[in-house]
Parts: sequence; C-alpha cells; structure tokens
Amino acid sequence: MRNWLLPEKFEDILPPQAQRIDRMRAKLLELFRVHGYQLVIPPMLEYLESLLTGTGHDLDLRTFKLVDQLSGRMMGVRADIAPQVARIDAHLLNRKGVTRLCYAGSVLLTRSRGLDSTREPLQIGAEIYGHPGIESDLEIQQLLVESLAACGISGARLDVGHVAVFRAICRHGGVGAELESELYEALEGKDLPALSVVTQSMPKATRNALLALPELYGDGTVLERARRALPKYPEIDAALKDLEALSRSGSIPVSVDLADLRGYHYHSGVVFAAYAPGVANAVALGGRYDEVGKAFGRARPATGFSTDLRDLARTAPHEAEAAAILAPYSNDEGLATAIRKLRAAGEVVVVGLPGHAAEGVEPDCDRELVERGGEWTVRKLGKS
Amino acid sequence: MITLALSKGRIFDESLPLLAAAGIETLDDPDSSRKLILRTSRSDLRLLIVRAPDVPTYVQYGASELGIAGKDVLLEHGGEGLYQPLDLGIASCRMVVAVPEGFDYSGAVRQGARLRVATKYMQTAREHFAAKGVHVDLIRLYGSMELAPLVGLADAIVDLVSSGDTLRANRLHAVEEIRPISARLIVNQAALKLKRDAIEPLLDQFTKAAATHA
Repeated sequence: MRNWLLPEKFEDILPPQAQRIDRMRAKLLELFRVHGYQLVIPPMLEYLESLLTGTGHDLDLRTFKLVDQLSGRMMGVRADIAPQVARIDAHLLNRKGVTRLCYAGSVLLTRSRGLDSTREPLQIGAEIYGHPGIESDLEIQQLLVESLAACGISGARLDVGHVAVFRAICRHGGVGAELESELYEALEGKDLPALSVVTQSMPKATRNALLALPELYGDGTVLERARRALPKYPEIDAALKDLEALSRSGSIPVSVDLADLRGYHYHSGVVFAAYAPGVANAVALGGRYDEVGKAFGRARPATGFSTDLRDLARTAPHEAEAAAILAPYSNDEGLATAIRKLRAAGEVVVVGLPGHAAEGVEPDCDRELVERGGEWTVRKLGKS
Repeated sequence: MITLALSKGRIFDESLPLLAAAGIETLDDPDSSRKLILRTSRSDLRLLIVRAPDVPTYVQYGASELGIAGKDVLLEHGGEGLYQPLDLGIASCRMVVAVPEGFDYSGAVRQGARLRVATKYMQTAREHFAAKGVHVDLIRLYGSMELAPLVGLADAIVDLVSSGDTLRANRLHAVEEIRPISARLIVNQAALKLKRDAIEPLLDQFTKAAATHA
C-alpha cells in the first residue's frame, strides 16, 4: 500500500494548472459581479434534509453522508451548490424582488458525473431568483455565453430544451409516474426502438407526439417542425415561444433539442447545455427550476447555470505563464527597492537562496537582476 | 472526419450490406490487413475495429462519434452519454434463460429456491431476476456458458441464442425469453450537437438502408 496515493477520481491540482484555475475563477466572479450578481459562500456540510429537499433521487445517491457528532443527525457534503443558494434566497435574504446570486466552491460526488471527470468538481455558477419570465432566462443564457468567452473557449455551442413539452404530453395523455420514468430514460438516449415499445398502448396523439420528440433537434427550423408535429397544448405553445427567443439570441450558435431532459426532476422550464469542441460532455449546464424554493417554505421562480472550473481550465487554450526574474541574495538597499518596484508592476521576482545555485530555481527564470555602476537593472539570464 | 466503431465477426459482416446501401465501401479487409483503422470509400469516414463490449466505451468517450453495438452489450454498459436512435435489425438473436433437460425451472422459481445462474451478462441477468422477485447467485463467466449446468457449476444460464443449436447439442433448452436482441447504431451525445452537419446525413442514410434491408 502506497499511502500517498489518492482515492479514485480525486486529484491534486499542480502548477501551473492551479494558477490557471484560480485566475479563471477570479475572472468569472468579476464578470458576475459587474452584472450585479452577489457572491455567497455556503458551508461544505449541511443536514441532509436541507441539502436534498426538492432535488431528486440522483443527487441523493451522489452525496457523501456522515453523522453529526454534536446532534446525532445525518449530514451531507454538498454535491451541488445551487440548492444551497436557493435555500439562502428563500430563507435568509427573504427579499421581495429579483435577487441575483453567484457562488464558487468545491463539491464532492460519490460517483462522478461524466467520464474523465473528477469526484471533486470546482463548481461555479450564477442564479436569478424572483423572475418568472423568459427575460431572466435570456440574461442567464447571455451570461453563460460571456463566461465561456471570458475563459477563451472558442467554437462552443449552446443546446436549449424545455421540459414543459414532455411534461405537457404526459399530463394530457394521462401517463403515470412509472411509465413517465421509462419514457424519460428512452428519450434521454433518443432510443426510438424502446420508445415505440413503451408507447404501444397509448392514445394515438400522445404516442405520435412522444415518437416525434427524439427527432426534434437541430437549428431554429426545428421549432417550425415541432409546431406541426406536436399537439396544440398551451404549455407547448408557450415553451416553443420561449425556445424561439433563446435560439435567436446570443453570439454563439444555438441549437434546440426537445428530447434533452437533463435535470428533468427539478427543472421546470428551459434547460441549457453548452458543448465545446474536444469535450465528450457538456461543459456548462443550466435552466429554470421554479419549484426548488418551495421545499424551503417560499416558492420562488429561479433560473441559472453552473460549470466546473476544472473542465473549463482543461478545455480553454493555455496562456503561457510569464517567466520570472532571478535576484541575487543580498542585503543591498538598492536591490530591495528594485525588487519591490518590479513586484508592484506584476513581475515575478525570485531570490536565489545561498547554496542552491546549482539546482536551478522554480518557477523558470529568463532574466536576472544585476548591478551596473550602482544601479540594479534587469537583463537576459545567462549573459555575462 | 467521422469515425464508426464496430466489432469483427457477425456485426461487421452483417453491417457491410448496410454500409454498401449507404454508399460506403471499405477499402481494407480487416481479416487480411490486420489493420484496426479501416479506410472507406468516403474520405471523411473511417471504421474502427474494436472488441464488441468496447464499442459503447469508445463512443461514450468520444473517441469514435458513431458505433454499431448489440443491444446485449448496450444493456450491460448502461448507455450513459450515448444516443441509440436506430435499430439496424442485424445480428438478431434472443437473450434467454436456459436450463438442462430435466431441471424443473418453474417449480424452482415457484418454490422460491435460490438459483445459481452462470452468465456473461451480469447486469441483464440481475435486473431480470430482480423484476421476477427471484433470488439468484450470479456466476460471471466469459464464454461457453452452456458448460456450467452440465458440470454442476450452475442451475441455469443467461445467454444469447440465435439458432438454438448449441443449446440442443449440450442438452439445454430455453425456458424464458428475456428480450429480443439486435444491433443498434449509437452516437456520442456531444458529437451529435457539435458535428450535426456531418452526422445527420449519415444517420438518414443508415435509417433508409436499415428500412430497405428489413
């Protein structure tokens, strides 16, 4: 047993990746701040009931649990920060109007979400509470697009869907809960053969609508096809209007997928997924979830998105780290002043400690401070 | 460039007519060339030859945008991260429970006996018996399942059957069909979003080819 090994899917983030992630985190939080989103820092642990209310079975299975030695109650380590922020909005802030909040922090997962992904994502996200209309969804969509751009991710595209479409078909067709979850699974995999088996005994209108869903993906023209293929329920009509607004806006390509039901169990309206070239999973997810606050005593409309900083840092192009300046070890006053000036200007200055010159210094230095006629100046390293 | 992963043997052989109907010819023969990446008549499509249970893994990770895999393999894999929009109707067979002649399967089930079941399809077998409410001890084997009941290793097996010849030759018979199996076209979810322009025409061609083939 090598006891320095980490558990599966946990990792140390090393230089220079850690620096990149931190810079990205600062950049995104600044972007959120100038859009009026206020930062909150919820705790790592909470009682299980408050952590999991209204979030669905999937999150329960992914949450690490432990017993609180003080109260004997069951606690969970957060596997998603968004429900915590919903709790903060519902109970602590208790504001009447629109609240914009953002957050960034580690979450733990018992089982990782994607394939290459970690069990400790660095979740960062933004949420709007208290506004039920498409305007707030559009704001979130725009913020998501700008976040990807701020991280330097190019070639990304956004996929939008709407859970109300599937929900309306099930409700009008009188589909029971058990059948609904079977349908959900088949739709998630666009599994047409399974779908045609499950829907066999359903009324024709419901069956045709369900069978049409997996084919209803692609660019904006899908909505026209959807209007013809789907029944004329008011919920579906409203959903398609919302999607039309979302698919028209934005500076990156937006496609529509009516069978994408990710987070169906707690989402209530539009859902977003952003994809970037070279990544097998979505890089950011979001959507509307109007019911989550209800479990905390105050149902508030809510919409938001979140993403994993590690994924973003891995996907984004790497900026070259600036090389450092090597300074000799000395008590010279002039040297100390020169170093202070350079550091204030953002340069990395490393003092070579005595006795270790042969081993080299980290981080890499490409310049050095030398004394020339009483003046300390910077010159290329290695020149004499 | 679009990559299609599939396995050698029955799936590859029965996929060739479908590929031909979609206007795709392979330029390399996997048996004689020993190549694992095969070129096709289309410069933007290549085939990847992998082991059958690995096909969903390649597609799930996005190493291959498309794949052809048996439903048996997909059930074991779970299908996370995959779309499986099309039943190709090839490599058809049945997933069954089989027991030796003379073994009273329905009697054993009725009585609530704990059965020992040998199989390669752990997930499928576990779900099937759990849905029936039957207690089973599963024994994982990698092949020649028919042997297990004959030497007293198991009471029953869960396996794929196409003609039934192997079962008969080993004096076993199918007592329960779990589900029909055939090969599916599978698609990586992110690839369908990011490379829809290249993938969608291929899907349409395969849909047409599968419809005429059936």
